[in-house]
Amino acid sequence: MALAVCLREAVSLAGRFPVLSGATIAVREGEVVHLSGANGAGKTSLLRACAGLLRVVSGEATVLGHDLTTDRRAVRREVHLLGHSGFLYDELTVQDNVRFAVRAAHGDVARVPAALARLDLAGRLAGTPAGRLSLGQRRRCGLAVLLARSPRLWLLDEPHAGIDEAGRKLVDELIGEARAVGSTVLFASHELEQARGVADRTVELAGGRVLEVEVPPAPQAAIDRPVRGSEDPVVDADVA
Amino acid sequence: MWRDALLVGAKDLKVEFASRVGLNQIVPFALAVLLLFGFAVGPARPSHAAAAGLFWVSMLFAAVLAVQRSFAIESADDAADGLRLSGLDPAGIFLGKAGAIALELVGLEVVLIVVAAIMYGVPLSGVGVLLAASLLATLGLAALGVLYGVVSVGARVRETLLPLLFLPVAAPVLLAATKAWQASPGFSTARGSASGWIELLAIFAVVYGALGALCFGPLLEDR
Repeated sequence: MALAVCLREAVSLAGRFPVLSGATIAVREGEVVHLSGANGAGKTSLLRACAGLLRVVSGEATVLGHDLTTDRRAVRREVHLLGHSGFLYDELTVQDNVRFAVRAAHGDVARVPAALARLDLAGRLAGTPAGRLSLGQRRRCGLAVLLARSPRLWLLDEPHAGIDEAGRKLVDELIGEARAVGSTVLFASHELEQARGVADRTVELAGGRVLEVEVPPAPQAAIDRPVRGSEDPVVDADVA
Repeated sequence: MWRDALLVGAKDLKVEFASRVGLNQIVPFALAVLLLFGFAVGPARPSHAAAAGLFWVSMLFAAVLAVQRSFAIESADDAADGLRLSGLDPAGIFLGKAGAIALELVGLEVVLIVVAAIMYGVPLSGVGVLLAASLLATLGLAALGVLYGVVSVGARVRETLLPLLFLPVAAPVLLAATKAWQASPGFSTARGSASGWIELLAIFAVVYGALGALCFGPLLEDR
């Protein structure tokens, strides 16, 4: 199976500080991978690099066939990053925010009403300015953009944070549905039990590097998984 | 590019219409500058020459606020990252933001011209010259503002950095627009032709429009 994400010794900087200091990871298309690690381990930076928002200054970085070291803009229409921020305009309504994000990404705005309904944002909430939403509702708004865009690669930074139990279950359902239609999901989470319930495998980061690849007892075993403690997950993923 | 420009421009105008920051803050600010500078000139009604200068100084300061506002909405909730992530053409983002700011400034100019005509007796007889100079100066200010706005957006001191970068470079617009107005028929200072100044304003708008369309992308990425 083709690789959706392939990073080899990737280095990214925030100013002069290396937020990724030789990260190596391979993720196959259709795979759901959980990134774990302490605060500052490089999870968010890895996601931002995969989204083409963070420059990879050395090493190799290919996402959905696009070489991020030469052109990191090319990949952006095919991925979506749901980060700590929802990229929302407080003055615009929920519906206008989602429609703008989908239109900007050349997506199909006909998908917006269904996405809003799925995230419980239809009706009165659809016409509410984003600035009046609670944190959880803002997260749902971000998820609605993701769902309406339906990208090939989902990049989620703490997707379970700030939302209620029903919302967490919905996030897991959406991840499962993304996998079912062949999308790839890479998500960072500190909530290990919740994450392991949905991920095919867990990758641990520390100091901007990938430490090890863990094979959790995930619900789906559709692909051959790298072996725990492998020294080179890229080789394990049949890249070489 | 033009599709993206229309999308971004419409979004910016929609945000401004919803927030009413332009109507409630920028218009009163520009009016205050116009009137206070008029008081500072002296108790007598300012000359036509001074009135033209007062008008464009007010517009210059208002343009700084409009540009700051345009980029403040992109800083909140990291919306600028959302723009980058969507894959929008950077030149389209530049043109959309500049177009939205230009439209806001044109609206402001209508209000200020009426006030200047009433308070300072600015003659509106040379409407062709006034319109051409105002339109070109506005486009130049908007293009320049967006170009420097994206430079300052990532800086911690962006509130003070933008005026510092913008005002000196915008001085030719202030000068040319004022001189074009002063050469307009009906002004007591009208001598010679305003065409030279209008050409200068056109060159400024074209140069900064092209420069912005080319440079906005790299500047947005490196902010």
